[in-house]
Amino acid sequence: MSAAPVPTRGRTDMLRLRCPHCGLRDEAEFRYRGDATQLRPAGSAPREAFVHYVYARNNPKGWHVEWWMHVAGCRAVLRVVRHTVTHEIHSVTLPQEPVDVPGDVR
Amino acid sequence: MTGPTRIGTGAFIDDTQRVSFRFDGRVYEGRRGDTLASALLANGVTVVGRSFKYHRRRGIYTAGPEEPSALVTIIGPYGREPNRPATVTPLDEGLVVESQNRWPSLAFDAYGVFGALSRFLPAGFYYKTFMWPSFAWERLYEPLIRRAAGLGRLDHPPRSAPSPETQHHHADVLVVGAGPAGLSAAAMLGLAGLRVILADQDAHLGGGTLLDADWQSWRTQMLARLAALPNVRLWPRTTVIGAYGHGVYGALETRAGTQPGSQTGHLHVVRAASTVLATGSVERLIAVPGNDLPGVMLAGAALRYLVGHGVCVGNRIAIFTNNDDAYATALEYRRRGIAVEAVIDIREYSPAADRARGAGLTVYASAKVESILGRHRVSGIKVRDRSGQALTLSVDGVLLSGGYTPATALATQLGAPLHWNSPIAAFIPDLAPSLGQVAGSAHGVCGLAAAATDGLSAATHVLSAFGIAVSEPPDLPTPPNDQPRGDLEPCWEVPGRGKAFVDLQHDVTTADIRLARREGYEHVEHMKRYTTHGMATDQGRIGGLVGQAVLALARGIDVAEVGQPKARPFVEPVPFATLAGGESGEHFKPRRLLPLHDWHVAAGATFVTAGLWMRPLVYSQDTGWSAVLSEARHVRREAGITDVSSLGKLEVAGSDAAAFLDFVYANTMSTLPMGRCRYGIMLREDGILLDDGTVARLGKDHFVLTTTTVNATAVLDHLEFHRQTVCPHWDVTISDVGDHWAQFAIAGPLSRAVLSEVVDQTDLSNEAFPFMAVTGITIAGIAGRLFRISFSGELAYEVAVPARHALTVWTRLLEVGTPLGLKPYGLDALNTLRIEKGHVTGAELNGQTTAGDLGLGRLCKQTADYIGAALVQREALQSGDTRLELVGVKPVDSEQRLRNGAHLIDPDTDDHSLGFITSSTPATEQVGWVGLALLRGGHARRGQRLLAVSPVHGETCAVEITSPHHLDPENARVRA
Amino acid sequence: MKLLPKRSRPRRSSGTDSGDYSLFRLLREGLVGHRGWRPAWHKAEPRARYRVVIVGGGGQGLSTAHALATQHGISDVAVLEKGPIGLGNVGRNTTIIRSNYFHPDNVRFYEHSLKLWETLEQTLNFNGMVSQRGTLNLFHTEAQRDLFTRRANGMRLLGIDAVALDRKEVKALVPRVDLDHGRFPVLGGFLQPRGGTVRHDAVAWGYARAASRAGVDIVEHCEVRRVVSERGRVTGVETTQGFIGADIVCLAVAGHSSTLASTAGLRLPIESHVLQAFVTEAIKPVLDVVLTYGAGHFYISQSDKGGLVFGGPIDGYNTYGQRGTLPVAEEVVAAGLTLLPSLAKLRILRQWGGVMDMSMDGSPIISRTPLEGLYLNGGWCYGGFKAIPAGGVATAHLIATGESHAIAKHLDLDRFADGRLIDERGAGPYPWAH
Repeated sequence: MSAAPVPTRGRTDMLRLRCPHCGLRDEAEFRYRGDATQLRPAGSAPREAFVHYVYARNNPKGWHVEWWMHVAGCRAVLRVVRHTVTHEIHSVTLPQEPVDVPGDVR
Repeated sequence: MTGPTRIGTGAFIDDTQRVSFRFDGRVYEGRRGDTLASALLANGVTVVGRSFKYHRRRGIYTAGPEEPSALVTIIGPYGREPNRPATVTPLDEGLVVESQNRWPSLAFDAYGVFGALSRFLPAGFYYKTFMWPSFAWERLYEPLIRRAAGLGRLDHPPRSAPSPETQHHHADVLVVGAGPAGLSAAAMLGLAGLRVILADQDAHLGGGTLLDADWQSWRTQMLARLAALPNVRLWPRTTVIGAYGHGVYGALETRAGTQPGSQTGHLHVVRAASTVLATGSVERLIAVPGNDLPGVMLAGAALRYLVGHGVCVGNRIAIFTNNDDAYATALEYRRRGIAVEAVIDIREYSPAADRARGAGLTVYASAKVESILGRHRVSGIKVRDRSGQALTLSVDGVLLSGGYTPATALATQLGAPLHWNSPIAAFIPDLAPSLGQVAGSAHGVCGLAAAATDGLSAATHVLSAFGIAVSEPPDLPTPPNDQPRGDLEPCWEVPGRGKAFVDLQHDVTTADIRLARREGYEHVEHMKRYTTHGMATDQGRIGGLVGQAVLALARGIDVAEVGQPKARPFVEPVPFATLAGGESGEHFKPRRLLPLHDWHVAAGATFVTAGLWMRPLVYSQDTGWSAVLSEARHVRREAGITDVSSLGKLEVAGSDAAAFLDFVYANTMSTLPMGRCRYGIMLREDGILLDDGTVARLGKDHFVLTTTTVNATAVLDHLEFHRQTVCPHWDVTISDVGDHWAQFAIAGPLSRAVLSEVVDQTDLSNEAFPFMAVTGITIAGIAGRLFRISFSGELAYEVAVPARHALTVWTRLLEVGTPLGLKPYGLDALNTLRIEKGHVTGAELNGQTTAGDLGLGRLCKQTADYIGAALVQREALQSGDTRLELVGVKPVDSEQRLRNGAHLIDPDTDDHSLGFITSSTPATEQVGWVGLALLRGGHARRGQRLLAVSPVHGETCAVEITSPHHLDPENARVRA
Repeated sequence: MKLLPKRSRPRRSSGTDSGDYSLFRLLREGLVGHRGWRPAWHKAEPRARYRVVIVGGGGQGLSTAHALATQHGISDVAVLEKGPIGLGNVGRNTTIIRSNYFHPDNVRFYEHSLKLWETLEQTLNFNGMVSQRGTLNLFHTEAQRDLFTRRANGMRLLGIDAVALDRKEVKALVPRVDLDHGRFPVLGGFLQPRGGTVRHDAVAWGYARAASRAGVDIVEHCEVRRVVSERGRVTGVETTQGFIGADIVCLAVAGHSSTLASTAGLRLPIESHVLQAFVTEAIKPVLDVVLTYGAGHFYISQSDKGGLVFGGPIDGYNTYGQRGTLPVAEEVVAAGLTLLPSLAKLRILRQWGGVMDMSMDGSPIISRTPLEGLYLNGGWCYGGFKAIPAGGVATAHLIATGESHAIAKHLDLDRFADGRLIDERGAGPYPWAH
């Protein structure tokens, strides 16, 4: 008899983030602030650049670089690389630190 | 005598302790340690409920939470608790229980007519009818359907059951299931020094070993070893209901209450680095016609009732099986002297059958049960033997065993794919090692000894993931050997005449599944939704795979390919009170209290909820306008003091603080002189107003900001976010000091006089301390700050002192001020004052308005960059007829009142709504009401007459459009 | 990528159930063991080319196909669904229909949908159990009361039903509500009497059956991998069953709008978020109306089978995971228990999630896109189910005529750049806040 695996989705749901200052903390301590790949244009940039900054999103099904703020802790804004299907956390860094994204990045 | 009865004692019961209980009004007796189900069986009760759709008689089918049929209502101190499986309800003295889903009684159920009409009520019948006449659905059909649907009834008791607090735990490994695999894994992990939690849904730990006499010694020793380990916690009666990822699990513990029927569910949240899922497997039924008759049960359940409770399910039973495990039941029945008419085995040969024959049992090999006979309960079976001959056997109990299906719910919640395992004819999970291990029959390991070994193997893998090497096997009791086993042979259904059920609660038959396929609902998920198979309270645990197999057969494909419907939390249904975890009712959200809360209470204030804050609304228990207007008028004529401590307060400091404020505010702050305040507006990046407040400059690099109460959190986040991600290299720090400071507004023509008496050595004359000034002060001996700002439109100040000194300063102010005319006023009066003045609050600054809409456009910087600068210039945000702009409104007839939420319409055009009234109040210094509104093209409509209409209240009021500043538009009073 | 021989001529829907559903037929079939029923919709093999390809066999996609075929005479249409139809958000929502919105354009749109719901069963000849027992929104502060007053008056001025209820009337309608002992006492409520619920699976199946009978090809297990274009114009889609050519491609895959759009080089003002929903064990009737709590995001109704269906806010972070966290579940349940304390002993059976297209202003998108021939029906946030009839009508109109339907002009994609946002909540360009 064939034994094709029955795929199931959504491996992990409950987030815990390793804050660089405070350690491994529950998601409930953090507040999400969206896509971290959209950087604010210079003040002199054309309006269209601001339209993209504010509204256009990659919204990838895969690795996502995003902001989380540790509101119930040190209040640091953290850049998290998280997979939007499995919720696996690849890295948590401060905004000024370099970040790498596994696999494809858009 | 036929039917179930108690023939002796059992391992779980104390024969000496009698327990009496009531079922459907009749009193029965059981033993301590019985479940409600075992006690009912002991008393010969075979029918305990009616099925959902056809109202067929239902008996007790299993001995665990997978029970589909024996659902009862417990009558407890907090009212009825419906849909409880009798199989897991412990028997307490005085327990009162009712059967469900029948009227007027279990024996004579009028709804049984549905059963008689069942041929016209197959799966999905309701999609094909009830459409005509079109009005009849809501008036006639639906009310009838709703009344017939549902199982138990839920009371509305005067006192609600308490909601126990959720507890949180940490562990290295969560072992789920205390069968041989789980016990072994937990012991090995515990001996290695890891923190282990071992949870099992059963009150008795041991899983399959509980029912095998050979295993008692091993089980007892293992439990003693585990209990002796301080790093191992044993959690019986605890079902792990969800695996949420990142090491987080939810578990439901059932604790007995102090009164019968008062058991409660407690939620435990466990954070564990790894897990061993030794969740075992659940026996499944065989879809043979008549398999829902009372007197039919699963073989493993019958064994548990006999071994655990001394209860036999019939006096003359037959067993229909495709596997070796069911023979344990046959042998035990024989040992206890109960007639086993026959074992019907579809297989040609097996070692268990041999052993059974050796013990004197009749075994029909290569045979099948073609139908189960009986009218209201089992009376016999029709067997087709290997030669094709049909025989009828007289029995009063039929035990089915179609195999064991691994409990994979937690593994699939963790994303483990499922693979078909032919030897057990079921799916097993493939869990990623980084998440944990599956052990024992949960992934197809057959036999108790094999499971124990597998548990040790799982523990070894977990230990290695922790970096702990295992050099020698742990010093644990040796388990007995498994007897030789034969393979199972898949047997899903025996086709034939008569209803063969795959879902006993929802009355889903094999015919329904074939019908679903005929109609194109042939994907397993469509079949499930169309037939509702597996969607009942038992979630299809004993019949799910059987139904899926029937679907596969109908489609002509392998069972392995038909797939599985999604397994969703919860593994066991969870009560509302449990999941709420004590944070409901009064405790749903915290209360934030002002530093002066107690004073306001003592002063007789009525409070209002503003977000999470409790703020004094008016200092009176009369909440009508007269008390509010009295307070407001007193401010305008003399002086008032109000508590504004809930405002957001931020200290912004650093050599780039001024530049930062220029960036976050639409107006310019860097030009603010020291010792001065400025009204500030912040935009979102899309150009819409975010918040307004004040900025005070206390030093070259030191500013104090206030925000509105409601937006304090949002603004702080907004500033922090931009500071850390957009301007990270600027020298600026932001501190949230909202709770550090108490702040009071003192307003009115006499406010200067009052403050001069209380504030030490500060010249408060208009020349020395003009409008919008700020300075440090000493007041009542306390160092604080004084701002001259006005929300009310009168001469006004705000005093800020450290919160712990609030009472001292407030009391002093009133002590000195009351003889001078000072009185406290609340939020309602403050609102009246600001509306007259035309100051905006969240009603106008509502997340949809621009600065220009509110008449503040001139404040926005024209050339420099700031948050919102680019997009605020978009054409759609510019003033004009499309924008809702801030205006004042006044009724033409001063006797008429205004209502917030009334819309403004022009009776002469066919436009519907032109806008709406946002804030309104009776005026303090004129007759009649005044208000603010957002009106399409409002800036250009001054002087127009429109209608304010509120159709929901049946009100119409002619209004005049005015300036929003109803009072002192030149600001003479605030500059006095 | 499987390569199948392509047929070039439309195949008639042979083998499907061509008869009408009715009580008479049900009784007749009951006498013969129900052997006469046939598949409710034809599971088509895809052709090489269609005039219109609709990506997504959920409520919006099937409704659009149905409207194209029955209102515009365009049946050269394929609905491509990556799995079996109707298992996305249409099969996961909490089944509420209503038209109580703030923005007049939204009110008109959702009211158009509500009117279509009222005759849908007759239109589709499929009992969707459209049940208009009322939706009741509770309020707990005067500010909320004012907001709801404004909304209700806006509806009434457009001729739509909205009623203000005081505390006594709320209690009469929902006897089990606790007005006083919760953290936020109830001050009153606003009722839309014509709001209610619909059986969600029936909607997908009913539209599929009707569209199939009208000649539309419904192709299941056909996942679109890429939108294909040439010189700024759409030419078709690449699927797991090969390339399918099309003059027009319409994306109706809310939850995955960004994923599909990105294959056409487009970035949308959308983030995908999870919305959790729950159902309890079935009990005898305790709640007639759809009830929403004003002091926490929570809504609940009782299905015809007896289970209470309820939900709360989105979890609040980008995800395609279709399941939410435990703390959100706990908070939703705590809100429910605060509102209806007698639910304490009622057991919750299942929790699940769907992936929402959360747009930057909280309102949906029915629009052409910068790519010629590519249309978007998405951005539904958590309001897509109630909009299925109108969304399909409006999308079909746009596709067939090239012009926006009068009820959906405001839902164009350009509104974000232009600043014509339809932000009901005033929450701003933060999808997680809507």
